[in-house]
Amino acid sequence: MSASDDQTTLTTDTAALAGELFAPGVGAQAGPPTTPAAGTGTAGDVSPGAHSHGGPAPTGSPAERFTSTDPDAFAVPTGREEEWRFTPMRRVRQLLNGAPSDAHLRWDTDLPEGVELTSVEADDPLLKGLPEPVDRLAALTRQRSNGAAVVRIATEAVLDRPVTLGLSGTGSQDVVWGQLVVEVGAFAKATVVLDHSGLAKYAGTVSFLIGDGAQLTVVSVQDWAAGTVHGTQFDAVVGRDATLKQVVVTLGGDLVRLVSNVQYAGPGGSVDLFGLYFADETQHQEHRLWVDHATPHCRSNVVYKGALQGENARTVWIGDVRIRPAAIGTDTYELNRNLVLTDGARADSVPNLEIETGEIIGAGHASATGRFDDEQLFYLCSRGIDAETARRLVVRGFFADVVQHIGVPALQERLMTAIERRLGALPELDEQPVEVA
Amino acid sequence: MTSPTATPTSTGTAGTSVLEIRDLHVTVGEGDEAKEILRGVDLTVRGGETHAIMGPNGSGKSTLAYSIAGHPKYTITGGTVTLDGEDVLTMTVDERARAGLFLAMQYPVEVPGVSVSNFLRTAATAITGEAPKLRTWVKDVRTEMEALEMDSVFAERNVNEGFSGGEKKRHEILQMRLLKPRIAILDETDSGLDVDALRVVSEGVNRAKADSPVGVLLITHYTRILRYIKPDYVHVFVNGRIVEEGGSELADKLENEGYAAYVKDSKETAKA
Repeated sequence: MSASDDQTTLTTDTAALAGELFAPGVGAQAGPPTTPAAGTGTAGDVSPGAHSHGGPAPTGSPAERFTSTDPDAFAVPTGREEEWRFTPMRRVRQLLNGAPSDAHLRWDTDLPEGVELTSVEADDPLLKGLPEPVDRLAALTRQRSNGAAVVRIATEAVLDRPVTLGLSGTGSQDVVWGQLVVEVGAFAKATVVLDHSGLAKYAGTVSFLIGDGAQLTVVSVQDWAAGTVHGTQFDAVVGRDATLKQVVVTLGGDLVRLVSNVQYAGPGGSVDLFGLYFADETQHQEHRLWVDHATPHCRSNVVYKGALQGENARTVWIGDVRIRPAAIGTDTYELNRNLVLTDGARADSVPNLEIETGEIIGAGHASATGRFDDEQLFYLCSRGIDAETARRLVVRGFFADVVQHIGVPALQERLMTAIERRLGALPELDEQPVEVA
Repeated sequence: MTSPTATPTSTGTAGTSVLEIRDLHVTVGEGDEAKEILRGVDLTVRGGETHAIMGPNGSGKSTLAYSIAGHPKYTITGGTVTLDGEDVLTMTVDERARAGLFLAMQYPVEVPGVSVSNFLRTAATAITGEAPKLRTWVKDVRTEMEALEMDSVFAERNVNEGFSGGEKKRHEILQMRLLKPRIAILDETDSGLDVDALRVVSEGVNRAKADSPVGVLLITHYTRILRYIKPDYVHVFVNGRIVEEGGSELADKLENEGYAAYVKDSKETAKA
């Protein structure tokens, strides 16, 4: 019964083209199509989207995503909107209805040489140039955070250790509205760890402005105490030939809703978005990704893995990738795997791929939600390993596969220990029979 | 039907193992969908012997291998399998392995996030009941990996993840060498291997045979691997049962004539 419960949707500019290119489900992958997309005029000498015959072209392009810095430009969410329909509104209203406040997270920072931590006022031009909020919560955060903390990594700096921002909730009932900007100078190489813990109601926005040729690894750990409600919009602007590796690890909190947006400022950008989440009973963990390929020769790779256990454990993964007409030579793939460890848990997984040019290297997605892979268990057991040890190995490996991308050994060890502890509290693990689909 | 192993040519000294399969019937699927794949298999494999099971695609060779190993996809509907008199069919998959059975799989499974070294050590600990002594273990693994012409970085890779076909098969034989089974079933270990990889893998099996009285059940479609691993017995497997048995000369006959005659015979037998 593995790989069941697929929920896969797919949209492209021309349904007929897409229908031949991509089958929904596991392992869909395609090369460039051999026919031009509809509305692109004569094949060969007119670039997609350029119309030589005038008139409104029936491009069928999807609507632009609405963004604004003004909270009131967004309707107050009811839970019926596409971007809120998976979110438990009662819980997220603790943020949406929160008043402006001076509450803060406690900061414990470790700043290597070449890194500066400052702050800017709300009217600073830096903030005006940031990608805009995509929902009301992020817009409220922008408005109420009253400026931003700024981490600057000098041009060509190669840091000798990670920048660590320990951000802990102090248990305040007030919503913490926080804005952070991480500026990475051209050709710098850095790892930035945002380590969230404690009890908080926290609405944040975090922007990564990655200079040309820079290499940034960002790790965001949500190791919140029970009772925490956390919503953050991450934005990355990836410079020419720059690389971004983002690793999101969500373990704690009542509700965590993270929106990660990526845009490319020039060609040659390369992005890996890794995610790991582990929801226990009543936890809601939502990760919404949006990778906007609008420049040529960029790549993106998304791997999110989650496990769920216990009654009403709930996870949501939305993976939106858009390849615009100009983004020739794009190479993108996204994968979401959910391991449902017990009954009563629910994982939603919705990859969306919108392709507006055929001149790409590759585009695909895979999504699977199910119980253990029984062939993996059989393989391990056939080597003498008892069924329970085999299950623990598989789950541990399932997560280690993501954790090993962090590249900070002490943090990796801490996270794996935390995961082991969660698995230790898994009463049904040794009772599940080995079943084979 | 008399088993050719009733008069074993190898020295059947006390202490060598014996796997006995008697009138084994196996189905796959459930209820009305159930389909009988094995239709009365009789076979005895003793320690030190090498048996080749040869047959056309779809004859049930792999089903035999997986049924012995305990894959839950298959339902035993009749017959017995014993290892040194112990009932294998009532054992769990891991108990069978600890009893001394090993299956080298045709399509080894990827286990993301679990390193080869961790996997091998966990398996060896399970089989022997105690963690192997670190120093000798590392040396054993390294020695055998070198013999199988596997790069040392292999140990840090995830189990079977991104392995080529040849690498997967070397990894299977590496496990056989380290876990030291009493009876090893090799399910189409030769499939998809180039000549070099076939030689390396075969030499690994021959080393295992030289080191211990392991009984080998070699399942193959082709005679190619039998030039490297000499079988004591060859069994022709058609339509869910053994239809002919002989020595290694039978493999030569199959090489020249193929399975056509047996497939035809088997249909006539089925009618009769």
